[in-house]
Amino acid sequence: MRRHGVLVTLAAVAAGVIISHGAALAASAEKGRAAFVKFGCWQCHGYEGQGSVATSGGKVLAPDPLPWEGFSAFVRTSTTAMPPYTEKVLSNDDLADIYAYLQSIPKPKDYKTIPLLNTK
Amino acid sequence: MRCAPACDPNAVQEAAKLLAAAQNPVIVADRAARTPNGVRLLVQLAELLQARVIDQQGRMNFPKTHYLSAPPAAVNNADVIIGLELSDYWATVNSYLDNGENGGIGVNGTRIKPGTKLISISSVDVITKSNYQDFQRFQTIDVSMPGDAEATLPSLIEAVKSEIQNDRKAAIEKRGEAARKGHEAAEARTRQAAALAWDASPISTARLCMEIYAAIKDLDWSLVASEGNVSNWPNRLWPIEKHHQWIGRSGGYGVGYGAPASVGAALANRDIGGRFSVSIQSDGDLMYAPGVLWTAAKHKIPLLSVMHNNRGYHQELMHVQRLSSFRNRVASIGNDLGPIGTSIMNPDIEYHKLAESMGWWAKGPIKDPAQLGPALKQAVEVVKDGQPALLNVWTQPR
Repeated sequence: MRRHGVLVTLAAVAAGVIISHGAALAASAEKGRAAFVKFGCWQCHGYEGQGSVATSGGKVLAPDPLPWEGFSAFVRTSTTAMPPYTEKVLSNDDLADIYAYLQSIPKPKDYKTIPLLNTK
Repeated sequence: MRCAPACDPNAVQEAAKLLAAAQNPVIVADRAARTPNGVRLLVQLAELLQARVIDQQGRMNFPKTHYLSAPPAAVNNADVIIGLELSDYWATVNSYLDNGENGGIGVNGTRIKPGTKLISISSVDVITKSNYQDFQRFQTIDVSMPGDAEATLPSLIEAVKSEIQNDRKAAIEKRGEAARKGHEAAEARTRQAAALAWDASPISTARLCMEIYAAIKDLDWSLVASEGNVSNWPNRLWPIEKHHQWIGRSGGYGVGYGAPASVGAALANRDIGGRFSVSIQSDGDLMYAPGVLWTAAKHKIPLLSVMHNNRGYHQELMHVQRLSSFRNRVASIGNDLGPIGTSIMNPDIEYHKLAESMGWWAKGPIKDPAQLGPALKQAVEVVKDGQPALLNVWTQPR
């Protein structure tokens, strides 16, 4: 798995929520993977953010996660089955690391190149 | 010969009128097809109406390869819905969101358009034993028919034939063409979704299911349990077309059902001439009645049990976190323990050793997807020789 640090700009003003975290911070995909496990994200979304029809309505977190603003606002203010995670529960640093981890997940192969997915 | 009660003919005719005149009828089947003939009849009704069919999998009701096979969301645009032996009609046409709103109760919503006509055939309505029989959340039905769905399908098919007007036939045919195109596109999307996390460790549930299918596809196979939630991949990816290829679900939530059900079905498959039985056995489910492993070994019941060992229940996580959030707490207590009460880790249960101790051939834990195919080949040979075999596979949660 490809893991790398990315620079995530925190300028989230969405859904009435402002995450004031300075202009930017260096987030770590490696720490993000650990936080993804610690906070139980993987239990619904899978270790690779692949999602499931059973727990995330088929929505995937990765590859190509939502833009940071929408992503962070959703985590903080969700009114869906996923409860909102406040800063007291999940710090901005951890959230940024999780986002960096999701950004680091590579795109899947085309299913046509996977023999088992073409088995009849 | 068994006889099941068919529905009242007048009600059947009324239902047929609604279905024949509908712009977008949808059939939903749960515990409907009791026999292979039930599948044949349901195909006949669906093709007559060119109506999409949602199989809720309480039984194997409808071929998954058929172009009219549809996902649950197909109810959204229906104007007439007929439910065949639905365990929960309310949840078929409504949604429930456990999001803590409404004083903690959550939010109910509808999945269907206003004015959608609802028809039901259910034998549960015949089994009256007390004043209040309609359990769970109540759904108002426009045409409610007590009776057995499979026994009623022949008369319903004839009634629909008589109600379809000539000026509707072109529209019905066009509906079928649209369904065919939609099915092909959906199939490609499903297979691309299965490619996500394909090489991941723990092994993805899609990879698990397709490795199993590749190992059994040339046999006369029967999927005798798939508990513990593998994102419904077998029903989405396997060409399940025959009634015996899927035995259905428990009928309730059924935790602990998978292991004993699979051994019982494998016994039946053995005794009708050696049909190959395979189960996708979840870890939490096996913790309820592991003694059934001994029963299978003792009586030489051939069964390939491939574990979906995601090392947890993963079921109450959101509720646990919601309650923790009220107190600004993290539900996870750290390390590899996961959010409280949702994981089965540390110590990790060695199910292969458990099975071996009760007389099974077993192997595991298998964490590398590249090792799964070869292990399955070995296990299939053991089962073909008449013994039960278990593979303990570490998997993604869903």
